[in-house]
Amino acid sequence: MIVYVLRRLGATLIVMAVVALFVFSLLFLTPGDPAAVIAGDVATADDIQRIRAKLGLDEPFLVQFGGWVGRLLHGDLGTSIFTNLPVTTLIGQRVQPTVSLTLLTLVIAVLIAVPVGVVAAAKAGTWTDRLVMGCSVLAFSVPVFVLAYLLIGLFSIRLEWLPVQGYRPFSDGLWPWLSHLILPSIALGTVYMAFIARITRAAMLDVLSQDYIRTANAKGLAPRAVLTRHALKNAGVPIITVIGIGIALLISGAIVTETVFAIAGIGRLTVDAILRRDYPIIQGVILLFSGVYVLINLLVDLSYRLFDPRIRY
Amino acid sequence: MTTAVLPAPKSASPTWQWFRDAFRRHPTAIVGAMVLAVMMLTALLAPWLGTVDPQTLAPIQRLKPPSGEHWFGTDMLGRDVYSRVIYGSRISLTVGIAVAAFSIAVGLAIGLVTGYIRWLDAIVMRVMDGLMSIPSVLLAIALMALTKASVGNVILAITLAEVPRVVRLVRGLVLSLREQPYVDAAVAAGTNLALILLRHILPNTVAPLLVQGTYICASAMILEAILSFIGAGTPPNIPSWGNIMAEARSLFQIAGYLILFPGLFLSLTVLAVNLLGDGMRDALDPRLARRM
Repeated sequence: MIVYVLRRLGATLIVMAVVALFVFSLLFLTPGDPAAVIAGDVATADDIQRIRAKLGLDEPFLVQFGGWVGRLLHGDLGTSIFTNLPVTTLIGQRVQPTVSLTLLTLVIAVLIAVPVGVVAAAKAGTWTDRLVMGCSVLAFSVPVFVLAYLLIGLFSIRLEWLPVQGYRPFSDGLWPWLSHLILPSIALGTVYMAFIARITRAAMLDVLSQDYIRTANAKGLAPRAVLTRHALKNAGVPIITVIGIGIALLISGAIVTETVFAIAGIGRLTVDAILRRDYPIIQGVILLFSGVYVLINLLVDLSYRLFDPRIRY
Repeated sequence: MTTAVLPAPKSASPTWQWFRDAFRRHPTAIVGAMVLAVMMLTALLAPWLGTVDPQTLAPIQRLKPPSGEHWFGTDMLGRDVYSRVIYGSRISLTVGIAVAAFSIAVGLAIGLVTGYIRWLDAIVMRVMDGLMSIPSVLLAIALMALTKASVGNVILAITLAEVPRVVRLVRGLVLSLREQPYVDAAVAAGTNLALILLRHILPNTVAPLLVQGTYICASAMILEAILSFIGAGTPPNIPSWGNIMAEARSLFQIAGYLILFPGLFLSLTVLAVNLLGDGMRDALDPRLARRM
């Protein structure tokens, strides 16, 4: 077990090293002069030179990369070109809304999608099943922001049930916080839910054709007990895997959702950074999000044993 | 002497027969294919579909709701939204198809070689794992932030985000195909590596790649719209569905139609491609059809 954990941890470190090398070397690999692109159309030669120095582009690649990794390991993600503030500070200020949004979405999505997938599998081939599968294709096809505007149009503007935009911290009270996050969570979670529901259904169909399910049914267990205790638990590994992999959808979607709902989170920080071409921020956000993503999937890997004790590491 | 004239067969041509069979078996896929065909025709025939120049400014006409004159209304610069949406289909389809073609070509080349050459495999797959752990929107954003906005760069950025998935798929296929007896036979007969890959392995990857290609096309169209929407995609002087919606960001409370129409076209096109992909997957792998 410990050997396995260490090996997986090692693999995770390699992946993160590749990510770091990649986001760093993009500055060198992109065609044209990134300093000139970042400086914009009205920049003087001085401006471009200043940015080049700031990004360290005037030094040899290895010197820069070494220095950058060294600072990274000390928790220094660099400084924003536009605001001159450390990227870690900027990200730190924006963490709460993004964590609130993604966590709430994650919880809602799993609570809805897994039961829906189970029901679809239990009623495979019926209209319920077809409806679920149809809705999931639809969910894959409507971009997050289009769905977000449809939700705002209906629930905020037409019905006036929920606030249009904005974010209120949890310290303002449960309802103000929640009411500002309901629509963003639905918009953000829809694709994720479709993804989880599909895989849950497929995994359940696999399990439901096993002999021990027939035995459980034959000895007269209640269908609900068979579905949850016997089938769902055995379908756990693919389901928890897809929940982990799908986090990528949440991260990508959060950037867009925060833009639509004017939530001042990390996604909004990223979008503002694009408009100002503030590459250090983008670099920092990619490293952070990829790190979180890789780490969650490591935990998912390690959790397999909870669902299937036969798995030995 | 009289010659017997055979009556023309009652049933329609074989083509029509084939189409009816296909429709009965995969109705949603055929509907998807038809919608996609209509969208492609729309993109090709854009200048002749009652459109005006999508860039013509008419400040007096700004923010007019949909009417007989402007079917989809006008935007804040008075441009005709119907024309912009119709022309916008060109960008989405170009990006979707180009990304699918390029990422499959590149992913196939890398996947074939790494799947077959062991020592290369370890290195390439670590790189691919790294790339895959960056959410695709972020990966594309990083590239777009460092290059000038253009449709070509959008295609490049999204392709880079999609290639690792193709590599992984192809590599998996190659790993199982290389164990097949006919590959052993080819090796024993002294066939060289290139020929084994091209003649014995490559043909078996075509069907799964076709299916994967449609999904890549769908996700590339959504990604293009997302990038344009957050200002990191197609340059603003080219009408694309994402751009039209991006410009409407601050106006959606008073002019929701600016989001509705491009959003509808985009969703419909992506849905059509997804349905086509699902149908192709079911047709090519009947075992999976029941499950997914």
